[in-house]
Amino acid sequence: MSLLQVEQVSHKFNSKRLFKTNNQSNNVLHDVSFSIEEGSCLGLIGTSGAGKTTLGKVILGIQRPQHGKVLFQGHDIYNVDKATQRKLRRDLQVVFQDSYSSVNPRMTAEQIIMEPLENYEKLTIGERRSKVVSLLERVGLSEKDLKKFPYQFSGGQLQRINIARAISLKPKLIVLDESVSSLDMVTQSLILELLKELKVDFGLSYLFITHDIKAAFSISDALGVLEKGELIEYYESKDEFFHSRNPVILRMRESILAEHPRFRSLTKNVKMV
Amino acid sequence: MMETKDQYILNVRDLNVQVKTAEGMSTLVRNINFGMKKGQVLGLVGESGSGKTVTSMSILQLLNRKNMNIQGSITLKNKELNGLKEKELREFRGKEIAFIMQNPMNAFTPVFTIGQQLVETIRSHTTLNKKQAKELAIDVMQSVNLPDPEIIFKNYPFQLSGGMLQRVMIAMAACLHPSVIIADEPTTALDLHNQLLVLRLLERIRSEYGTSILLISHDLGVISEMADDVMVMQNGQIIETANVFDLFDNPQHEYTKRLLRTRPTLYFKKQPYTYML
Repeated sequence: MSLLQVEQVSHKFNSKRLFKTNNQSNNVLHDVSFSIEEGSCLGLIGTSGAGKTTLGKVILGIQRPQHGKVLFQGHDIYNVDKATQRKLRRDLQVVFQDSYSSVNPRMTAEQIIMEPLENYEKLTIGERRSKVVSLLERVGLSEKDLKKFPYQFSGGQLQRINIARAISLKPKLIVLDESVSSLDMVTQSLILELLKELKVDFGLSYLFITHDIKAAFSISDALGVLEKGELIEYYESKDEFFHSRNPVILRMRESILAEHPRFRSLTKNVKMV
Repeated sequence: MMETKDQYILNVRDLNVQVKTAEGMSTLVRNINFGMKKGQVLGLVGESGSGKTVTSMSILQLLNRKNMNIQGSITLKNKELNGLKEKELREFRGKEIAFIMQNPMNAFTPVFTIGQQLVETIRSHTTLNKKQAKELAIDVMQSVNLPDPEIIFKNYPFQLSGGMLQRVMIAMAACLHPSVIIADEPTTALDLHNQLLVLRLLERIRSEYGTSILLISHDLGVISEMADDVMVMQNGQIIETANVFDLFDNPQHEYTKRLLRTRPTLYFKKQPYTYML
């Protein structure tokens, strides 16, 4: 049994406008099916407006899809009793792109990280403190950051705190929705390294949603491509991406920037589309 | 770099920027020296907080001078910019030096149409009348491959996507054929395909008008595609300046080496996949 199974999910947002009746079909998601195995990472790439974030929300249980099912550990997450749902939520965590808006600005780092734990476990003050310190150290921060507020951290540090919060309950699956996209190159590669380590240490699975092919490549095992709400390509092994003849993939591959000036395509024979 | 000053369009010497804080003056960037030749694309790389944006903003004197202290010399075609009055600076901004911001959504006024903002820029620097300015505006929008420029002309910024807005901003920057364009992370907010379109545009502006471009980015992919020379910045200082090929093949500074080593890559068995096909 796969850890997560997404079965034929379709979703549509109603376009009832105030002054216009616009009945264009705007399927945000159309018949999306895939699964994630335990301990693996699925990278989901797509351009903006492809429905990546909506799919993430569907999986997290925030957005009920109009058709289809999401099975997490064998349970349909939109159709279970409260107690099971509570258990499932514990195993399903998320890290968003914007680290500042995912934390409460009036909480300290300690409070932020402890919030999910307090929901599920009864801990003494001593246990609590040592738990938070070990989590902070695991993500590369230190004990002196305990009492700091979000504005005292940089974007990369705050993203580390978000990650610490996500792993505090030892979940099975973490949805990473553009988690490294707004960070600069150096911070991005450090966070990616951290995520890879944590995946091994805690036996985590990831759903890595991004538009950045290079980032998706460095962390994922399997790769899916979402285009206009449809999962147009799915690769068990990410290298298949380079052999696909799908025109959308060809265009995507063309847009990847050179990694060395020797391979640059822009400055020589410039051709406009 | 013992060449004569005159061959540089834009010349920055001994730039120091300090900001007033509760604990006294704090230095943001120090000892910045560089020159830009005609038609050159100069890349500026560094992580966030390294002073890239402060450097670019100080060239156009966009920083708040009440609590910032800008020292050093910034010359454009041998004219000193540092310390000019607002009124005199306005002559340069938009006409001689154009600025492309990172976030196109925030760079436009939401209450005016795209057309009004383009025409305002054009008319404040030329003697064209309204009709001619509109023609020019539509012309440049066409040249950046925007579909239906007539319709976009009447649209408000929020009606366009980020990629389109960024192209409008480039059109605005290019319409008066400035000698220098400062592009501060021009593609960071865009997705892959739009990123390519925007970079192609910048390249075309450079080759058509001989504009020098200061390209600020933390993305080494952008730098390797576009730049002729690269400066690497760390903690407010330029630690390495080199030709782009030398920098990628033979980085000198430890930090540059680390930067190149740690970036996410598609390389597999040391063979670049992208170019095997």
